[in-house]
Amino acid sequence: MKKVVLKIDHLKKSFGNKVVIKDLDLEVYEGEFLTLLGSSGCGKTTILRAIAGLDPVTEGQIYIDGKDVTKLEPKHREVNTIFQNYALFPLMTVEDNIGFGLKMKKVPKQEIKKRVHEMLELVHLLGYEKRKPKELSGGEQQRVSIARGLINNPKVLLLDEPLSALDQKLRKNMQLELKQLQKKLGITFIYVTHSQDEALTMSDRIVLLKDGKIEQVDTPVKIYEHPNSLYTAQFLGDSNLFQGIVTEVGKEYTWVKVEDTMIKIISQEWQIGDKLDIILRPENIKISLNEETENVFQGKIIDQIYDGASTDLIIKVDKKTINAMYLGNDKLYNKGQMIYITWDIEDAIVLKREPYE
Amino acid sequence: MSNKKIWKIFFLAPIIIYVALLIALPLCYILLISFFKSDYYGGMISTFTIQNYIDVFDQVYVSVFLKSILIAGITTIICILISYPFVIAVSHKHPRTQKILMTLVMVPFLTNSLIRMYGWLVLLRKSGVINQVLLGTGIISEPLSLMYNIPGILIGMVYTLLPFMILPLYSSVSTIEPYLLEAASDLGASKIKTFFKIIVPQTLPGLFNGSLMVFTPALGYFFIIDILGGGKMMILGNLIKNQFLTARNWPFGAAISIILVLITSLIILAYRKLGGKMDDLGGA
Repeated sequence: MKKVVLKIDHLKKSFGNKVVIKDLDLEVYEGEFLTLLGSSGCGKTTILRAIAGLDPVTEGQIYIDGKDVTKLEPKHREVNTIFQNYALFPLMTVEDNIGFGLKMKKVPKQEIKKRVHEMLELVHLLGYEKRKPKELSGGEQQRVSIARGLINNPKVLLLDEPLSALDQKLRKNMQLELKQLQKKLGITFIYVTHSQDEALTMSDRIVLLKDGKIEQVDTPVKIYEHPNSLYTAQFLGDSNLFQGIVTEVGKEYTWVKVEDTMIKIISQEWQIGDKLDIILRPENIKISLNEETENVFQGKIIDQIYDGASTDLIIKVDKKTINAMYLGNDKLYNKGQMIYITWDIEDAIVLKREPYE
Repeated sequence: MSNKKIWKIFFLAPIIIYVALLIALPLCYILLISFFKSDYYGGMISTFTIQNYIDVFDQVYVSVFLKSILIAGITTIICILISYPFVIAVSHKHPRTQKILMTLVMVPFLTNSLIRMYGWLVLLRKSGVINQVLLGTGIISEPLSLMYNIPGILIGMVYTLLPFMILPLYSSVSTIEPYLLEAASDLGASKIKTFFKIIVPQTLPGLFNGSLMVFTPALGYFFIIDILGGGKMMILGNLIKNQFLTARNWPFGAAISIILVLITSLIILAYRKLGGKMDDLGGA
């Protein structure tokens, strides 16, 4: 059994009469990398600030290591925050910035110096001790801010979109670095982002939020391959949606009528008459020039989009636009060419249509 | 000369003329006559002498200097102590509320400060409003003497000069990003630690600017000393005024003025030597 380091119990938060977080429960395990993922306005930053103690909560409790910290000031919580804009103290040197937390705890000067040195080594910034924040690049400032949080050895490190201000390449590097750092130190990270790439690459678990509620909590693989709602499926990764009705239920396979075509899916607890959403990821769609026997649609290539290492295909099937892709950048098809699309039966993500939709 | 240049000069001309005619020229004149000799009838003899500057170091005048600096210094410190909590509180308010509050700070400027000083007389004198209220409620049994003494002078000085501390300090404090204060508290700093470690260093330019704008006039606001000090005290302002208007010793008055200018310049120079930027003083 993994140890719960942070527990959120029936958290509610409203600003004025606008409810941002509606009754949220969450358990975070020791040493895990948990990502709060969602579009802007879903409340992910609000949750982070509630954990940090920067904003009071409206209702509910927050426990860190079993201790109720809901009413405690930030300085009495064993968590540290990495702010989106780094929030480095502009007039202090790198050294003083990183040592600030320890200084507040009245750790002896010699000890601070030693720990700051260790931290600088950890984030590859040795030799930067005497510089001021404005003399550093964005990536370097971010490292300083991470070191400034980590030096306090928090129970949980909260990161609020820490990489969003960096350019693509640097962001990729920092993603890997952060992940390695987290593994090495074994500190629990709660990471807020709106980027599904970041979430999928770095997390042990992803919490997908929608309108202040948890939509799904799972590992990246599960949440991508087995989303439990259409929202999750469409938020993470690209998807092609077919909607149909179950017409025949067999022991192994179930038949679904989509428009005029019959589609075969693996049987689960479907019943005749169920309305289903069938989701296909672009990378699972196969293009064929010959008509296959089952699970096939005829389509027309509308466009091929060069994407460096891969190529995206836009295919028109009846009135629907389907996204597909293949690795490599050779031009395999012509615009306007008629092709057939198909897929492996186990690659289809099937969800029962939510009744209110 | 290009057209652009002509226009530039055209628009700058009023300012240049204003500064040259009304500030630079009179100052040069003051500097010039500070080296003259006065005659017995209030006139001046245009011979070069540094006697006026030697006279300034007479014990009587040195004590006036020290007293002035003391009063101006205490005024400045009181203004700082009042302004910091005020501007920090204001900066946390809604932007609209901030605007209203800061406008209120400037409202007293709409009335002549001399008239406002007479207003204080009504409040502070033995039979004044404050004493009447305190006596009436039984908090005190004897009226407090709030004027014609140093507390009275300080009340007047602080009252008149407070906006000059609040305004630059406010613009300085409002440049501090709120997330810096959050970061400090996240890292374990108490409110007081955050104030001294983050807010004060970041608002030093505003603090200095405000101090300069309070300290310098406080050396010279003779009307406050005259009204609320009851004419019993002498600071640099009265001294200069007396030399020009009563003693009619213009060269000596000019010499004291020049020394006052020098003191102020030295303070600014020290600020720059300590790493302050002149830009921060202007815009703060």
